[in-house]
Amino acid sequence: MTSRLIGKTPSRRSVLTGMAAGAGALAVPSFFPGYTHAQSSEPIRLGFQLHRTGIGASYGRWYERTATAALNVLNEAGGINGRPVEILFEDDGTDPARGAEVFGKLATQSNCDLVFGALFSHVVVGTAPRAAELKVPYLVCSEGHHVASGMLNRWTLQPGITDVKSQVQSMAPWVTQNLGKKVTMIFPDYAFGHDHRDFFTAAVAAQGGEVIKHIAIPPTETSFTRYFPQIPSDTEVLYHVMVGPAVLTFVKELGEFYGSGDRPQIFGFIDSLEAVDIASPGLEFLEGTHFWEGHPRYKQADASEHEVFYRAAVGVDDNGASVTDPADIATYAHMFSTWETLFVIKAAMEAAGYQGPADRQKLVEAIEAMTDFAESREHPQGAKTFNGKTHQAFGHQSISQVQGGKLIRVHQTSLEDGYYPDEVDYTTQSF
Amino acid sequence: MTAATRIWAFHLAALSLLAAGAAFLPAYHLTNVAKVMVLATYAMGYNIAFGYTGLLSLGHALFFGAGLYGAGMLVQHADLTAGPALLAGLLAGGAMAAIAGLLALRTQGVAFMIVTLMFAQAGYLTILYNTAWTRGDEGIVIARDARVLLGYDLSADLPRYFAAFALFAAGLVLKLWLVRSPAGRVMIALRENEERSRMLGYDPYARKLVALVISGLYAGAAGAAYGLLFGYVGASLASTQYSILPLLWVLLGGAGTVLGPFVGALLMFYLIDYSSAFTTASLLVVGVALVLLVLFAPKGILGTLRERWLRWLP
Repeated sequence: MTSRLIGKTPSRRSVLTGMAAGAGALAVPSFFPGYTHAQSSEPIRLGFQLHRTGIGASYGRWYERTATAALNVLNEAGGINGRPVEILFEDDGTDPARGAEVFGKLATQSNCDLVFGALFSHVVVGTAPRAAELKVPYLVCSEGHHVASGMLNRWTLQPGITDVKSQVQSMAPWVTQNLGKKVTMIFPDYAFGHDHRDFFTAAVAAQGGEVIKHIAIPPTETSFTRYFPQIPSDTEVLYHVMVGPAVLTFVKELGEFYGSGDRPQIFGFIDSLEAVDIASPGLEFLEGTHFWEGHPRYKQADASEHEVFYRAAVGVDDNGASVTDPADIATYAHMFSTWETLFVIKAAMEAAGYQGPADRQKLVEAIEAMTDFAESREHPQGAKTFNGKTHQAFGHQSISQVQGGKLIRVHQTSLEDGYYPDEVDYTTQSF
Repeated sequence: MTAATRIWAFHLAALSLLAAGAAFLPAYHLTNVAKVMVLATYAMGYNIAFGYTGLLSLGHALFFGAGLYGAGMLVQHADLTAGPALLAGLLAGGAMAAIAGLLALRTQGVAFMIVTLMFAQAGYLTILYNTAWTRGDEGIVIARDARVLLGYDLSADLPRYFAAFALFAAGLVLKLWLVRSPAGRVMIALRENEERSRMLGYDPYARKLVALVISGLYAGAAGAAYGLLFGYVGASLASTQYSILPLLWVLLGGAGTVLGPFVGALLMFYLIDYSSAFTTASLLVVGVALVLLVLFAPKGILGTLRERWLRWLP
């Protein structure tokens, strides 16, 4: 479904919050240092490939809200190159075939200058060839390793979120030094889980630890009880990364398996519980366990002013839920990527002197030339570096512990923890 | 005008209209119609098994996926060029249909549906588990350099459209010839009354196996073409959904009609495309359309036209 969203937001309260945030932004002179007046007042049209329906719908709902909030802030502060900005949201059904069609629709029918916003890896991989065919920039918010692995093309970039290889690698030192060196991994038996298996196993070995058992769960599984006896008794850390509707069953059954007796340390990726209330019945077992978070869901005691601003602008309360509905939990660990990507687009368009579709190549080159994103209102998740050769951003990761039913950050990784050797140089590829 | 002349003239006119589409369709629809032609080729193959031979399969995604991955993985891992990859995909679809058919055709009716569904699910999970080769659910991208056929860049709009058209036209002409041939008559006889066909001396098992293999060849060719024309090979294209879709396209367009699968695929594509502009419940719109179809035109669009006005339509 396509909708133009200038002046249109999910709720009255978030409109007011966004306006207040925008006004605040205007009061800060250094907020948009690259602001210039353009010759054209035509709106810049950005396509957003949205998982509004399908398996990614819970993410899509919040991606739309976050991008809309960012758009309001951006337009309140003068838009891009002095031009107003529109976002056209189009539902891709979280399906790769439809994703490519939607991309074509946004680029050729709606005449969008670029397309951004996709999260799910199969949608990104299915769409990227179309981006290269049409020579339209495609800025993904996916955290998949597919961009940095060299699998895609020069028109596809990921400047707003780190990739899974970097995330997993940066977790390993803290996990092995603080939780244990003998790890058992439980993961879904398909590409997403296999990436965790391969990257984390290598990262743990590099830290002198060992993954002593891999337990792959078939994607069709709905009960997990029969897999838990496979966990070796000398396991020190249980690493889990289950996703999908069965995750509540998974955690509940894991709790029943260990009961109140001894259990290994438990470390998981918050992907398992995005949009799920940690206080849900059956999740009590998670108390004391640790999670990776791309961006802490609960407002931390040391939250930066930028984080506070972002949280208010999007309409998220201190517990990571919608300010209008405490039961509506945000996909907070990932959704910042749409906000940050929009401001990367702004910076790149202004650096490239972007006037219209004829400047698309210049826009890609401008992003490739970027190296650092300072922590700011444009980048509330934290400082990042950007590798123009691999088209991939690198940032800080958080390790949080469930304490009193809330996720409290106990460690933040350095940028360097997530670096790995380049696997591709897209800048050598032709457009 | 003889019946045969009328039939050929009608279908050649339809093909001419499609070929002319390259001149007036805007870029977005050019790609869409190219995709519909590839998917309609798949559905034509399905129609040979279901519409003409009476084999209600729920496992054709296995054959489509065999073509898709047969071509895609050889390009990815063995540096095969587009021509041989297309041929490999076609053969993979046929071979997979032969293997599945040898076992599944020992059953009939609901059992046949379940066995074919299980075969397809096994194929889907095989793709999903073997990420080292297939990248599982994420899928693989076919490099643009490999998407060149006879010197034409299949990633460009017009060559892609005409490649899809060539595939569809070849499939349509072969199907038209097949269903009007003695072998095609036997397929229809099997659909109408298997026991009577057996009594007349035909071996139902062998005839149905041949029909299923032909159907698999169509599916394999379409799968291979999909990967090469659109540059993506992914597990979702071999999921159960892609076993159900050709059935729906055929039912919508008209089972047992030559052009019905194209009409069904085209209508359903644009039903989703246009309805998704107004509602997130686009699949509900498709569902309502199918219910209305069952109520008012149970033989599909072309099937109903044939029943009421165009009795000569094959």
